[in-house]
Amino acid sequence: MNMHYELPLEEAGYSFGFLDEYAKKEVRRTILKAICIPGYQTPYASREMPMGRGFGTGGLQVTLALIGPDDTLKVIDQGSDDSVNAVNLRQFVQLTCPGVEVTEKQEEATLIQSRHRIPEVALTEAQVLVLQVPYPDPLVVVEPSEARRKIMHAEADYSRLLVKLYEDIVHFDEITISHRYPTRINRHYVIDPSPIPRWDVPKLDQSPALILLGAGREKKIYAVPPYTVAEPLVFDDVPFRVEDFRDARGERRACARCGATDSFLDEYCDDTNAKIYQCSDSAYCGGQLVLQQRETTA
Amino acid sequence: MSNKILEVRGLSRIYGYGCPLCVASTGPENDTNICPHCSSVVALHDVSFDLFRGEILGIIGESGSGKSSTVKMLYFDDAPTQGKADFFDNGQRHELFQQNAAQQRRLRNKRFGMVYQNPHLGLNFQVSAGGNIAERLLMSDVAHYGEIRRRAQELLLRTEVLPERMDQNPKTFSGGMQQRVQIAKALATLPPLLFLDEVTTGLDLSVQAAILDLILEIQQELKTAMIVVTHDLGVIRLLAGRTLVMKYGRIIEAGLTDQILEDPQHAYTQRLVASNL
Repeated sequence: MNMHYELPLEEAGYSFGFLDEYAKKEVRRTILKAICIPGYQTPYASREMPMGRGFGTGGLQVTLALIGPDDTLKVIDQGSDDSVNAVNLRQFVQLTCPGVEVTEKQEEATLIQSRHRIPEVALTEAQVLVLQVPYPDPLVVVEPSEARRKIMHAEADYSRLLVKLYEDIVHFDEITISHRYPTRINRHYVIDPSPIPRWDVPKLDQSPALILLGAGREKKIYAVPPYTVAEPLVFDDVPFRVEDFRDARGERRACARCGATDSFLDEYCDDTNAKIYQCSDSAYCGGQLVLQQRETTA
Repeated sequence: MSNKILEVRGLSRIYGYGCPLCVASTGPENDTNICPHCSSVVALHDVSFDLFRGEILGIIGESGSGKSSTVKMLYFDDAPTQGKADFFDNGQRHELFQQNAAQQRRLRNKRFGMVYQNPHLGLNFQVSAGGNIAERLLMSDVAHYGEIRRRAQELLLRTEVLPERMDQNPKTFSGGMQQRVQIAKALATLPPLLFLDEVTTGLDLSVQAAILDLILEIQQELKTAMIVVTHDLGVIRLLAGRTLVMKYGRIIEAGLTDQILEDPQHAYTQRLVASNL
């Protein structure tokens, strides 16, 4: 790719954002349908993107169909703005969408594309979150036939997913799903909320921001519209539980960098091979550090 | 109010294109159920019967006589080409074949139970015995883990499966025990109507006797109406009050079991009884 090439503005006005007009129309119509039927996996004609399937082509198509010159974009990969996937997607958007601002600060962004995480700080009504999805159908683990899965979705028949949870409790005394936790949207369709950790699942519920999920390889788009009920699948007497990050003594682990005790932590090894924990959301971690510095100088 | 639970009228099923001559050129008198003109298979033709609350109805016949097909249609495993069936439940009449897929699934999950000859059809071998019963309860909207555990325990205890085997995979069970788990699963929602398709075929005699005892006890206890499909006259004699004899998709004789066994009218039934006694 020629990193120094810039589209002439009059051309950019027409084919802004890499996708041709027909592709954008297709994706936008699909997004509208997905918003109208919360949680329903809307099929669409996923385009070839100049990157491999599985590198976020679904999310990228949604982002490119929505983005305009007045947007500010933030791209996250596993919580970080500087991972390979995030850097490359951001560069690609900068290259194909002249005029679009990119940022690492969440409060500045109007459009956020993310992989594996929902940002720590609550989203606002002015923001749209796009998640990259590898496997859109939660029923795929219990039913191999797609035709039958569609019927099960239509009839809201998720008993076999619940049997899986039952077996988990029988064998391990708790539900052991760590990410991709099946979540019921608007009391009907159960979605696979992309590989976000359990920690992020409650953020889907009544979210002020529109959340769009795009699966490029599987050619599906689905949505959690603003202020929609999103309930993780559970039994009446076994409540949903997020990661508690307690150590052996039962104390909440803190981030080794900013000291936060209210964020999702990643485990690392330091130079002495000891385990340390750090915020997975790098922008949040940085923000906390800035706040602390301000407090000490004031 | 009549205590009729099921009314089946004119049930027919033709596999293949079917032609106007199909019905006339098949049946016991033609000694075939394959139409010589269009080679369609007339699996069922004009099957009608009634079933009453708490009654056990036997259906007997040779392989391919349509006895299993009848039950399959009623359990929505297959759809008939013609005919109607009414299911009476809590004073409500459900026209089985007029309902949409969701209503049919509701009846199937909550009000009907099915025990197949092959446990692989009725049980999910990916999950434990308890999980199998849980599946059925979850389908009928019981979503309380403790409640599901308790009911599964009760049911397995009732069907004489050792409680410590509840969390094991039915793959590791003997054939008789798999059949007991299947019965427990079918009974999970306490359905008023239970279909038993060759439940004792392939089991040894002592296990057969135990399973038949269990079925009788359950019928006494829960007053469940049952349709028992078998080719074994012994099973019919032990369980069923009334019996239908089927051949080539037609009912050729119907009546009280004792009457049919002691005084068979149709030549085929006579041969059947004579060969067994």
